[in-house]
This record gives sequence, structure tokens and C-alpha cells, in this order.
Amino acid sequence: MKVVVCVKEVPEASARTRIDPGTKRLDRGGAAALNPFDAHAIEEALRLVAAAGDGEVVALMMAPEGAADSLRKALAMGADRAVHVADDALAGSDLVATARVLAKAVEREEADVVVLGQQGSDSDGAVLWSALADLLRLPVVSQAASLELADGKVTVKRQTEYGYDVIESPLPCVVAVSDAINEPRYPSLKGIMGAKKKPYESLAASDLGLAAEEVGEAGSRTVVRSLSEPPARGDAVRIEDGDGDAAEQVLAFLVERKLL
Amino acid sequence: MATLVYLEHHDGELVKGSLGVLAKARQLDDEPAAVVCGSGVRELAAEAGRYGAARIHVADDVALEAPLPQPRVDVLASLVSEQGFDTVLFGASVLTADVAAALAARLGAGLNWDLVDLQVRDGELVGTRPALQDSVHVEVGWSAEPRLALVRSGTFDPVEAGGDADVVDVAAELEDFSRRAVMVESAHAESEGPSIEEADVIVAGGRGLGDPEKFGLLEELAKALGGAVAATRAVVDAGWYPYAAQVGQTGKNVSPKLYVACGISGAIQHKVGMQSSGTIVAINKDPNAPIFEYADLGVVGDLHEIVPKLTELVRGRKSA
Ligand SMILES: Cc1cc2nc3c(=O)[nH]c(=O)nc-3n(C[C@H](O)[C@H](O)[C@H](O)COP(=O)(O)OP(=O)(O)OC[C@H]3O[C@@H](n4cnc5c(N)ncnc54)[C@H](O)[C@@H]3O)c2cc1C
Ligand SMILES: Nc1ncnc2c1ncn2[C@@H]1O[C@H](COP(=O)(O)O)[C@@H](O)[C@H]1O
Repeated sequence: MKVVVCVKEVPEASARTRIDPGTKRLDRGGAAALNPFDAHAIEEALRLVAAAGDGEVVALMMAPEGAADSLRKALAMGADRAVHVADDALAGSDLVATARVLAKAVEREEADVVVLGQQGSDSDGAVLWSALADLLRLPVVSQAASLELADGKVTVKRQTEYGYDVIESPLPCVVAVSDAINEPRYPSLKGIMGAKKKPYESLAASDLGLAAEEVGEAGSRTVVRSLSEPPARGDAVRIEDGDGDAAEQVLAFLVERKLL
Repeated sequence: MATLVYLEHHDGELVKGSLGVLAKARQLDDEPAAVVCGSGVRELAAEAGRYGAARIHVADDVALEAPLPQPRVDVLASLVSEQGFDTVLFGASVLTADVAAALAARLGAGLNWDLVDLQVRDGELVGTRPALQDSVHVEVGWSAEPRLALVRSGTFDPVEAGGDADVVDVAAELEDFSRRAVMVESAHAESEGPSIEEADVIVAGGRGLGDPEKFGLLEELAKALGGAVAATRAVVDAGWYPYAAQVGQTGKNVSPKLYVACGISGAIQHKVGMQSSGTIVAINKDPNAPIFEYADLGVVGDLHEIVPKLTELVRGRKSA
């Protein structure tokens, strides 16, 4: 059983994220981390291989060179190998350009299952898997709240606007998992130490046979035109429960707003 | 413009979200076309006309019966190329997000998602997308055609335009890989469970509750406030609370006078279901939780301490 898990790096929740007004791209200068939604994807990949008895989990990331620590976290959690596609030519890649890069990298692996997370916490896209699956010409199932593997096929339960669907797909396939599917493990100290010794492959766009015009800004058909402040909201109040009187303050607020 | 609107249907009716996008399309293009894919869906053409489609392409085939994305991508890819549509619009849903992204890949097209507005400015189509927890509005565009867009759910309301649509049949020629995933059970609305849409006060819980039993704390507070209890998808998927009580993109839309969010991070997909609440109070121990970006009162603290105390205080005040 070979599972490729696609992970991305995102600005850390505590970092003040912003879009650079000059480049109009996400300012990735601040503290960054592994996309929290992707920890669930890694966990599920590890479980699939464990259930199969043997196999390999390959963590795949397209990100600038500096993102290595986030990818190593996947190794620390238990992934066997890392593939890092880093290339200046990839900057500014939109959905389809990113999917092209990942598809080429996945093709080299001949995976049984490709697992993705529910969404990037920065992009809130929740769309990449479907573009990727189309380029790979593989079946895709998204929003998996549960995933079972038996007899060469996966069975997925997922929520839509109307309740729960159950979908089956033969292998190989692409599956995107919801953040309710599992509790991701924390990397152990041993895992963190061991991660440094695991295979870590760095690739450029040209290693994947991608032409410059297929990726990055040149390969993207969406553009960012301008940025603006959203309409101002009313004045929000913030309280910290330092003195343990938060409940009293909430009550006072509700009374003041005539909600009680 | 040659606009195509994807019309999603459920239970024999076109869904409100796609009809809202059709209404928007009519502001951009006098004669927008629409497409509906499914089995036994030809009768939906009249409804499409009534809501503003000038022409409706109908792909009616048993192979399209299950609401799965990939067969729909095959239908749309040939339709868009053959008819030369320059713009394809979708109302966002679990199904359409997957359709739109794969279609973008297939056509080498640009897809902008989560749009809350679309306008033609100086002859160019411009979309508005709130980003980074809605803290910035980004104006997005396309550098080539076709231009694909997913509109945030609940953004536009349907408008009855009262016309008749020309009906054009479309053949469904499917790729082998598109037919491999199959639906063995299709979603059916689960009717059991509390009704939250009418409540004036909602106390909602998320994964921060820690375990399903802790919903008891919220039920107590809801009772004291005279309201109902709701939940996030994360805890509904985990089986902690019934689907009927879920708020958000794939759950209910609610707009109570007061919404108290406890242990909820405030993801966009949750926000779209409750942002029109009168007053939003959030209790979360993480000062960086996105919900604080749009709560009227944000309380950074442990819900396990605060909620029971608040329940006592509310009870005390009501009995006083
Ligand atoms: C297509 C799609 C559709 C979706 N539809 C929906 C939908 O309809 N509804 C929905 O809700 N979600 C939906 N989601 C999921 C959404 O993106 C989030 O994953 C989900 O809302 C998170 O739920 P949560 O806030 O309960 O959990 P988490 O994001 O895990 O947040 C838990 C929060 O609890 C806080 N916390 C922990 N302990 C405590 C404590 N002791 N006291 C106080 N706070 C504490 C934490 O700081 C954290 O912020 C959808 C996602 C996708 C991709
Ligand atoms: N640059 C990337 N490299 C690898 N995987 C990615 C990348 N971007 C997104 N993904 C995967 O796609 C999922 C959905 O991302 P998005 O569509 O950007 O919200 C994430 O949870 C990741 O699993």
C-alpha cells in the first residue's frame, strides 16, 4: 500500500497574515506551519498503511525552500519519505498550476491512494483534490468523514447539504478527508529525531518535466487585481477571563443589549 | 458575454443557491444559458426559464443520476468548448466545488472561489472575494477565457424573471475514470432532531467542548436563555450531536437575535450559516480563533468554567 499525502504550509494562526500590497500575494514572511487540516490527512494516510499491514507514506509539498520544517513535521508524525517541490518559477501558481505540479509529482509515485486535507487554512479553497484527480484521471471522493479500505476499494461517508452520502471507489483514487475523520497524533520526540534521517527529496519544476509556461504566474489564469478593506463592523468587545469574572461581563453585556 | 450557469437540483427542485447565481448572471448578461445534469431532469427546464435562463442545456441520463462530480465534468467540458461559453458560474456546494475545480483543470481555465460579488467593469469581469478570515476583500479576475467562478453559498437571492427557456439536449459521453466512483447511499435529509431555525437564541457548541456529554452544559444555558442548541460540522460528523442541529454551509442557516458560540473556531463554512445573527458572543480559549473576527463580544477563556457560571447568573436574573 503506497499512500501519497499532499500537505501545504500556511501562515501560523498567531502570525498576523496579510496580503502584500505590492505583489498581491500572501505575505509568507511571517511564522509558518504545516496546514492544521493536513495533520488529519497525514494521520489518515498512516492509518491506511498500518491497516494494510505494510507500505509507505510519502508526504508531498509544493512550497518555497524555507518550508522544509513543515514537511519534516509530516515525517516526524510518521511519514516515511518527503518530496518537496520548490522552485522560484512556481511562485504565484493558482489552483490549476498547483494541481499540475502535484499531479506530475504524484505520477512518479504510482500511489494506491492520494490523500489531501479538507482545506488550506489560508486559502479556504477546498478544491485542489478535484483538479488534481482530473489531471491524474483518477476517481475522487471529497469531504471524507470516515474512510474504510477493503477488497481494493475505499468506502467514504461524507456530509453534504442534505445529510450523509456513502461513496465507493476502487484504487487507485484521490481522497480528501474532513477534519472530523480522526485525531492527529503529535510527533513524539523519537519521531522528531528520526525525521532528520528520513529520505527527503527536493525537486525543481524542470525535474517534473513541467515547462515554465505551465506553472507559476505564467501558467495561472486567475489574477488578483486589487485589495480593499471590507466594510467596517460595529465595535466588537473583547474580554479575557483573567480575573475569572467573564461570566459576569457576558451577563452585563446581554443586559445592556436588552437580550435578557 | 456568453454565460453558462450550472444549476444544481435536489429532490426534484433546482436549489436556491444556483437560482441566485442565475439572477446575478442576468445582471451581467442579458441572455444567460444554464445547464442541468441528472436523470429525469428535463422537467426542471421550465423552472430554469422562470428564474431567468434564456436557454437551458439538459443532460438527462441515468449515468448522471447520482450527484457525483466527475460525470458532470465530462458533460460540462464538451458543452463549454463546443458552445464557446466564456463564463461558467456555480453556486458553491460540496458537489459544485468538485465539479468546478476539475473543469478548470480539464480546460486549463482559471477558477475563482468564495466570491461574494461579480461585476463587469470596463468590459472586464471582476469578482470580490473576502480572504484571510474575511479581513481583506480581494478583487479577482481572469487572464483568459473561459472564466470559472464559485459563488459563496447564500450570496444572491433568486429572482423570478418569468420567461421561457429554449431547451437543448446534451449527450453525456463519459470518461472511464469518471464512472469509477459510485454512490452506494445518497444523502437523505435526517428529519429527527431539534429545530433551530425558529429559535431567538442559539447556544452552539464545537469541538472545544471536548466530549459529547458536555453538550449538557449548553443545553442548560440554552434552557435558561429560552433558546435552542446547535453544533458545528466537526462535532456532528463525530456523532456528538444530530445533523439537524448543524449550522453552516452544509447545515442550517440561522439568524437568531443572539448566537452564543462555545468552543467553535469560526471557519468560513460555519460563519456563512450564522453571520446574520443579531448579536454574536464567542467563548474560545484561543485568542487567535477566527470567530473573534466577527463576534460582537469575544471572550477568551475556558468554556467549561464560563458556561456553567453564566447559566447560574442568567437563572438568577430571570428568577429575580
Ligand atoms: C465544503 C465544506 C463544508 C463545511 N460545512 C460546514 C458546516 O456546515 N458547518 C460547520 O460548522 N462546519 C463546516 N465545515 C467545516 C469547517 O471548515 C470547520 O472544520 C468546522 O466548523 C470546525 O468545527 P469546530 O469549530 O467545532 O472545531 P475546531 O475548528 O477544532 O475548533 C474548536 C475550537 O474550540 C476551542 N476550544 C478548545 N477547548 C476549549 C475550551 N475548553 N474552552 C473554549 N474553547 C475551547 C479551540 O480553541 C478551537 O478554536 C465545512 C467544511 C467544508 C470544507
Ligand atoms: N502547495 C501544496 N502542496 C501540497 N499540497 C497542497 C498544496 N496546496 C494545497 N494542498 C492540499 O490540498 C488541500 C486543499 O487545499 P486548498 O484547495 O488550497 O484549500 C490541502 O489540505 C492540502 O492537502
